[in-house]
This record gives sequence, C-alpha cells and structure tokens, in this order.
Amino acid sequence: MGRAIGGVASAALLTLLMAPLAAIFLRAGGASLPGPADWAALRFTLLQAALSALFSVLLALPAARALARRRFRGRAALVALTGAPFILPVVVAVVGLLAVFGTQGLLNRAAAPLGLGPFRIYGLHGVVIAHVFFNMPLATRMILQGWQAIPAERFRLAAQLDLPPQMTFRLLEWPMLRQVIPGTLAAIFAICLASFAVALILGGGPKATTVELAIYQAFLFDFDLGRAAMLALMQTTLVAGAAVLALAVTRMDGSGAGLDRALPRWDAPGGWRRACDALVLAATALFLLAPVVSVALAGLTGLKDLPATIWPAMGNSILVSLASALTTTALALGLAAGMSRVIQAIGLLPLALSPLVLGTGYFLIVNPFLVPGTLAMPVTVLVNTLMALPFCLRMLAPAYERVESDYGRLADQLGLAGLARLRWLTLPRMKAPLGFCAGLAGALSMGDLGVITLFGAPGRETLPLLMYRLMGSYRTEAASAAGLILLLLSFGIFWAFDRGGHHA
Amino acid sequence: MLELTDVLIEQGDFRLSANWRLPAGRRAAVIGPSGAGKSTLLSAIAGFFPQASGQVLWDGRPLDGLRPGKRPVAMLFQDGNLLPHLDIFRNVALGISPALRLGAEDRARVEAALARVGLGGLDRRRPAELSGGQQSRAALARVLLQDRPLLLLDEPFAALGPALRFEMLDLVQALTEETGATLLMVSHDPADARRIAQDLVLVDAGTAHAPQPARAMLDNPPEALRRYLG
Repeated sequence: MGRAIGGVASAALLTLLMAPLAAIFLRAGGASLPGPADWAALRFTLLQAALSALFSVLLALPAARALARRRFRGRAALVALTGAPFILPVVVAVVGLLAVFGTQGLLNRAAAPLGLGPFRIYGLHGVVIAHVFFNMPLATRMILQGWQAIPAERFRLAAQLDLPPQMTFRLLEWPMLRQVIPGTLAAIFAICLASFAVALILGGGPKATTVELAIYQAFLFDFDLGRAAMLALMQTTLVAGAAVLALAVTRMDGSGAGLDRALPRWDAPGGWRRACDALVLAATALFLLAPVVSVALAGLTGLKDLPATIWPAMGNSILVSLASALTTTALALGLAAGMSRVIQAIGLLPLALSPLVLGTGYFLIVNPFLVPGTLAMPVTVLVNTLMALPFCLRMLAPAYERVESDYGRLADQLGLAGLARLRWLTLPRMKAPLGFCAGLAGALSMGDLGVITLFGAPGRETLPLLMYRLMGSYRTEAASAAGLILLLLSFGIFWAFDRGGHHA
Repeated sequence: MLELTDVLIEQGDFRLSANWRLPAGRRAAVIGPSGAGKSTLLSAIAGFFPQASGQVLWDGRPLDGLRPGKRPVAMLFQDGNLLPHLDIFRNVALGISPALRLGAEDRARVEAALARVGLGGLDRRRPAELSGGQQSRAALARVLLQDRPLLLLDEPFAALGPALRFEMLDLVQALTEETGATLLMVSHDPADARRIAQDLVLVDAGTAHAPQPARAMLDNPPEALRRYLG
C-alpha cells in the first residue's frame, strides 16, 4: 500500500522534473553556443557563490564558537533567530539591507559626517552581503551543531587538565571544524549558485549577472527562448554538480535538533575573550535584526501609500502559499510512504534544478498552447512545491518510518489499511512534522520571487512581485509596507501550521 | 486446530523448524532461551514473517499469503499495543472496525468489553493516562472484540510486576475460556506457564518441539528444558 503510493508519487515527481528538462533540451538543440555575455554570467555566478560561502563561514565561526561556549539569557532566542532567514522572504531582506547599507541607508548616514563613503550596495559586494545575510546564520547552525557534537566529557577533561584555550582548540575543536567546514562551504556555494531574487535587485548589468538572472533577461528583454534554454542547461549542470558535491561532503544538515540545549562547559575562558564573544554575538544579532526592523519601521509609515492592487496580490499570495503547503506536504508524505532509499533519493532531485530552469521548461511546454501568463499561479505553486519538497521529505521520511516501526505491526494485525490507516494512525502520529512541513512550504512559497517574474502578467501579481515592482518605480515606502505585510504573512503562516501540528 | 506442517523459518544463519498440532481451545506456553526463535515463531503464525517452506494451517485451511489482518489471529506485542493518540474507547473499537465506523450496537459492545476487563468509565482516557496494568486490560478488551479464534501473546505483560502479571494471565485464561480461543504465549517464567498453560512448546537448538502437557514437563523436565530452567 505505502509502497504503491510511494511509487506513484515518485513517478509523478520524475515526470514533473523531467518534462521541463526535456523541453529545454529540445529547444536548446537548435540554439547558439554561449556567447561572451553568457560566459561572463557563469564566471560571476561562480565568483559570487564562492565569496558568499567564504564570508558566511568566516563570520559564522566566531558566532558559533561563542554560542557553543557561553551560557546567557536569550541564547535560545539567538539560536532561533539564526533559523529565521530560512523563511524570510528574499525581497523583504533585500529591502531591509538597502535600508541599512543603501545610498540613503543607516550606514552611509552615519559615515557621511566622518567624511567616509558613500558606500554603494549594488554589484558584486551587494550580492555577497545579501547572501551572507541569508547564509551566515545557516553556517552558524551547521558549525554550532558540530561543536555540540563534541562529547561533553572531552571538555570536562580539558577543564580538569586546565588546558589553555589554544590547546582546547587544537585538540578538540579544530578536528571537528576540519570535518564540518567543507560541507558548510559546499552547501552555501550550491545555494548561492541558484540565487535569483538577490541578483535581480542588487545585481544586473554585464558585470553582475548570475546565470539564473541571465535566463530571466533572455526571456524578458530579448524573448530569446533558445538562449534561455541554453542558459538553463548551463545552470542545471552547475547546480546539479554543486548539489552532488554538497551532498557528498556535508555531514550535518543544519536542521539543528536540540541546538537550544545548553551543554555545560567548564573551559570557557574569561577576560577579554569573554568580551569578544559578547561583541561577536551582539554584532551578529544586529546584522540579522537591523534590516528586518528597518523594513518593519519604514513599512508602518508607508502603509498609507500602498496601491489598491495590494489586495488582489495578498489574495494571490495566500492562495499560492496554502496550495503549495498542501501539495508539498501531500507529495512528501506520499514519497515517505514508499520507505525506500531510491525514492528518497528521487525526492532530492529538485535540488539539482533551479526555479528559473523549471520555469523555463514549463514556459516552453505551455507556450505553444496557451498564453503562459494565464498559468502564472499554478506554475508558481508547482515550482514552489518542487523547491520545498527535499526539505520536507528529509523531515517526513524518518518520521514515517518511525510510525511504521512503532505501530506498523499493530496496524497490520488490526487490518488498519488505506484511508483508515492514514486517518487513525499516520496523520495523528505525524501531525507535528506535517505541521512544520506545511508551515515551511507555505512560508517559502509566500515569500518566493522566482518563476512568477517569467509568468506574471498584470492582474496576476503575488505580493513579492508587487513589492519588486514598487521598488522598481522608486516607491520605497510603499515597497516597505508591502514588505511588512509579506513578512507578517510568511511568519504567520509558518507559525499557524507549526502550532496547528502541535495542538491539533 | 493450529497445524504447523514441516514449517521452516530462515533468517540469515538462523533456522527454526516446527511440525506439530495444537488442538482448538488449548493454552500453550512457548518457552526456551533468548534468541531461540520464540517471537519469530509467533511472527510467522501471525503473518509478519513468511516461512521459507512448509505450511501454517488453521482448521485445515492454509494461512499462507493471507495478510496479518486477514488471519484468524489476534496478537499482542511486547509494547505498542495501543495507539497513544486515540482514547481507550477508540483503541478498543479498532477491534470491531479498523475504519472506526461504529453503529449504536458496536458502541454498546465496546462499552461491554471495557466493563468486562474492569475499565468501565475510563473510555475517554488516553493510554498515557492509564497505569501499565490498565493499558494491558484495554489491549485485552480489544482482543475480546476482535473475536479471533487464535490468540498470540508475545510477552505483552513483561513490563508488569509479578502480581500484576499473574492478574493479567488470570484474565487471559478467563477470556479464552469464555470465547473458546486457542492460546499461544511466549514466556520466560515457568511460573507463568504453570499458572495458565496446559501445554508447553519448547523452542531450542533450531526446533520448536511439539506441545507436551505442561505440568508433567515442568515437574520432570527433559534435558534441554532443564538446561534452560537451570
């Protein structure tokens, strides 16, 4: 039964992934080879991803170390804060970073009287700053997980032997870091390769265009579908290669079960090192909070400037988000029911395809028959579902296996099968992870600015797209207001589903 | 009647053979050292573990290929006999209808079964709100409603203290006498076997031996059983 459902779900998933890829292959066949601009996009993509990974990890190291060895009030909140960027809408964060680092931002206003600046955030360093904003917290979680995986007994021994901090580092911490850092670098590198919204807003131009952004430009500026297909192939090779690399070297997933559990440490050095740790953590919190708080404050004053189109955009976003939450959870549950390593590997395949690649493929499939814009919402739901699927499956598959190993025999013995088994065993036993997954998928979809830019037509806007258009017409206050609403909706839907899973 | 004809169970290097019958209505304890295959034998009869060769028959009808839920078998495991998210009423009602579609008559039968095992009035509690003994009683109430002619117990009372365990065994004996069910129960303790079992199935050295009268066997144990009893 479960096996059959898993088979059907994985067949459906393979079709949804392979059909757009096939369409791209067919279209790219007659297209030209990559030109100088395309190679430049490839170089920029690799460069920004490498720098983003490097700086994310460099900044994460002291923060993770401080979180690992200090005990203080608010530590759990700070750890939770490092999980927040995962569901923070990219457009909201970028508007927030502009408010802090932009031409009119806090940084420049503080620096101007000192005769410094003005600093500019557009171009390579802007893209890298935004990626570091999103991925430095992820790196912190992955490295902190490594720190907490060092047995407490070893630190007790180090304290007993009165090892100086350098020796503790050399004997206990460095061996762990040597294992954890490559995986963290690889994961962030892979994530940044597929970056679209950040490059769309902060990049652009011949010097700062990612491959993902070049696909979009091939569509919108040139309507050169052959070039878009060729770029999509280039991007797939890149992302798939990096995903394989990341999976191969990553040992920890950063999901961070139990990261807020404070293990006792006896070796934490005092004095200036203590002050440094406090400074690092304060700077980290400021870096993560300032942009979001800026958006929220600017948004409050901008609420009156919002156009009337905010209402249909909100409606569309909520519908897309709820639909994505439902389809992602259902598909992931179906795949989990297969209880097979092969099916779980198939569930990871979307990691190899970027949103705009899928969007290009679906566009090529739909274009001969329909005006693609009419399918803007369904395609957005579909791509959002595929993108959230690997994360949800990684959570649901072990949960499903546990339910089956704990109660499968009892259910078999009682003849509990089909829908009755789903209703009386699977759903109630899995409601917490299911709620978390639905919340995650809903929030990711709510904040997504991706394929909708390819398919979006007037009147078919989601909230992130409206926000982007408001920014494009320099209505910063209105964009911040839309950002504030988007922020509340994204975290609200996550909170509602997650809580629903715990209290249903 | 339960019949095992030339049954051979294989799992890696492990092999267990059985070739015997247990008449309907008898109560037999399965006894033997750990790892000898007592649980595996019950698993094979219940349909969780297909035997490599031979046949399991009930009343002359082969059970091979029947799913566990379709066999004339009710089984209680060492743990996880109740679904923790359902109340006791629903847990017990699963014995009548796995889809929990219950008519008024079914509800009355559930209430009666709960009353019979001494859990009247506790039907809205969840398993976690019951003591270990009460949880065992709830599982037995469900067995009563499943109304299967063969009952397999894989040490469901192992976590209970001796007094409570004897209480449960007495309840099992009373219930099987009322329903006429045949009982096959794994046991570690000869005292359990003396209390409830008429027959002993000794599992040792790759063989599940034919049932022998329990009292005579315990009073005058053969070599393999003496080694186990110490």
